Amino acid sequence: MTRNTGAPEAPDSTDAAYTELPMPDTLSIHSGQLPRQATLMTVVFAAAIGAVGGLILGAGPTVIVLLAWAIFLVALTTWSTIVEGRRKGTDRLVNAMVWSTFVIAMLPLLSLLWTVITKGGPVLTPDFLSRDMTGFAALGQGGGIYHAIMGTIMVTGIAAIIAIPVGVFTAIYLVEYGAASRLAKMITFLVDVMTGIPSIVSGLFAISLFIVITGDPLPRLGIGGGVALALLMIPTVVRSVEEMLKLVPDDLREASYALGVPKWRTIVKVVLPTAVAGIVTGITLAIARVAGETAPLLLIVGTFPSANWNPFDGAVQTLPVYIYTSLNGTTDPKYGDIWTDRVWGAALVLIIIVMALNLIARIIGNIFAPKTGR
Amino acid sequence: MSTMVDPGPEAPETAPQQAKPPTRLGDVLFSKISLVSGLIVILFLAGVGTFLLIQGLPALGASGETAYGEPSIWKFVGMLLYGTIYASVIAIVIVTPLAIGLALVISHYAPRSLAKPVGYLVDLLAAVPSVVFGLWGLEVLAPQLLPAYKWLSEHASWIPLFDGSVNSRSLLTASIVLALMALPIVTALLREIFAQTPRAHEEAALALGATRWEMIRLAVFPYARSGMVAAILLGLGRALGETMAVAMVLSATGTGYLTLSMISAENPNTIAAFIANNYANASGAKINSMIFAGLALFLLTFVVNFAGRWIATRGQNKG
Repeated sequence: MTRNTGAPEAPDSTDAAYTELPMPDTLSIHSGQLPRQATLMTVVFAAAIGAVGGLILGAGPTVIVLLAWAIFLVALTTWSTIVEGRRKGTDRLVNAMVWSTFVIAMLPLLSLLWTVITKGGPVLTPDFLSRDMTGFAALGQGGGIYHAIMGTIMVTGIAAIIAIPVGVFTAIYLVEYGAASRLAKMITFLVDVMTGIPSIVSGLFAISLFIVITGDPLPRLGIGGGVALALLMIPTVVRSVEEMLKLVPDDLREASYALGVPKWRTIVKVVLPTAVAGIVTGITLAIARVAGETAPLLLIVGTFPSANWNPFDGAVQTLPVYIYTSLNGTTDPKYGDIWTDRVWGAALVLIIIVMALNLIARIIGNIFAPKTGR
Repeated sequence: MSTMVDPGPEAPETAPQQAKPPTRLGDVLFSKISLVSGLIVILFLAGVGTFLLIQGLPALGASGETAYGEPSIWKFVGMLLYGTIYASVIAIVIVTPLAIGLALVISHYAPRSLAKPVGYLVDLLAAVPSVVFGLWGLEVLAPQLLPAYKWLSEHASWIPLFDGSVNSRSLLTASIVLALMALPIVTALLREIFAQTPRAHEEAALALGATRWEMIRLAVFPYARSGMVAAILLGLGRALGETMAVAMVLSATGTGYLTLSMISAENPNTIAAFIANNYANASGAKINSMIFAGLALFLLTFVVNFAGRWIATRGQNKG
């Protein structure tokens, strides 16, 4: 753990005289050192004391773990401070705390994945995936999420159709044409602002827009969801494509110009193919991000019991909104359990979709990544 | 573009040919498309401001029924702003030490073979949709926290933070979920910043006999200070706008209560969660009130994000 632990100089008896010297605040290779397995020993010690103490007090497992953790921190620090000095004691304390944050951060992730898989897994039957909810909401059982999966694909697809060309060409403008012009600076700033737009605000924007366009006081349209998601997607696409285009070495562009190739063909045939892996990765990650968005869709897309393939008319069901609205059903005295199953099943499908997109993005990024020198 | 200076219409072929690059249709088209895309981005954002203003400003005179029972629109937005900021600040207080620790694990503590998988795990956390986070917070986390809340309420209710009747779907639960959702972003930013510390600074500190923690305190933190503040502000901006987790976890559905208590059933509500919970049965002027609240949220996140970016660039310029 600490750098000196593995050092060959073990304290031997001849060095004892140096250890006696009143130098409490120095680190010397002659000062004492904890044994190599000190951390492990302290863990066992703390776990034992914590378990015994916890059982005597009659505490639950969570309290026992917390108690053992506190004992571990105190014991290791005290032991190290006595043997190795205050500075090393602090170092060990910080080391233990830094790794603790890692454990604390990973626990929720594991708990979340575990819960979704164990609760949602049994629900995923072919019926659940191939049926919609027409008539089933009142019936209590049966039904599925086919319409919600299709709705998510459609709305996300619309968003991608709007956001990808705009995002990619904006990035091309920023890198290839705009250079350091005032307009390019302004666009960069506005893209930064867009990155910070809360998802619910993009939903409100879509609503305001379509109230004005359609005149309907409460518009519910698939295309509105596409616009709202595109607003969230554009900044991510611009950012990632811009980063990738900047990585393309100028030598390539200049070589192409020198051969008399026009600028646009240089961009299409030289710059974009060089950066294609990074661009595809960035776009896929952007799609993954908006596929799980709920808030804007809740406002503008609404909820519908069967598949609606017309984005210009009527509400469309999407997976995230299905999860959110089905939650109301879980308190139903009669069919609550069935609704709970549906919610977890839909959550598992949503996670699978998003994680698959992430995985695809990583694989593309790894396979086609340009070989760098290092 | 080099236009012809010579106005002679009778001899266009006498113009200096090598000075005039051939204008190609493809080039013109391509640069125009790129320019228009850039302008669309500007238009999009201008549209956000314009349409929110068009639909939000009619709410200025709202009171009573249309302001959801509050005497004025300002009171309505103020109550929600209080809840929004309070929940996000708690979340940031939780997330800051966690993110610093986690980023240090990735950048300095973990051996290289472990740092990469850990980075992937953090990215995985970022990929979990917010509605699933909300579901988990409601169904798994909240019941787990209830005993702790009961204990706090029994032993620490003299602190205003832990006053009131206990409810597991309280502001603190919502803030913990918010913190988990902000964690990947803050960690990703921090680890970039920590990794940028010049290797020479670190090695100099170690060569002078510093322990690892002293090296981080002496070399890494001073170098990363402005970046750390920026990362935390950007995480705050993210937490302010987060909707679903709060909407699902928090028990409050109205404008909420003006209370400091984090664990009671009487919670303040946040702007985003309020809109998500109340949109379905809103109509007419109430929608205007909601859009007005959304406008306030937009301005708030804009200010916080802008401050974050400003600090980040200022830190970069300083070197």
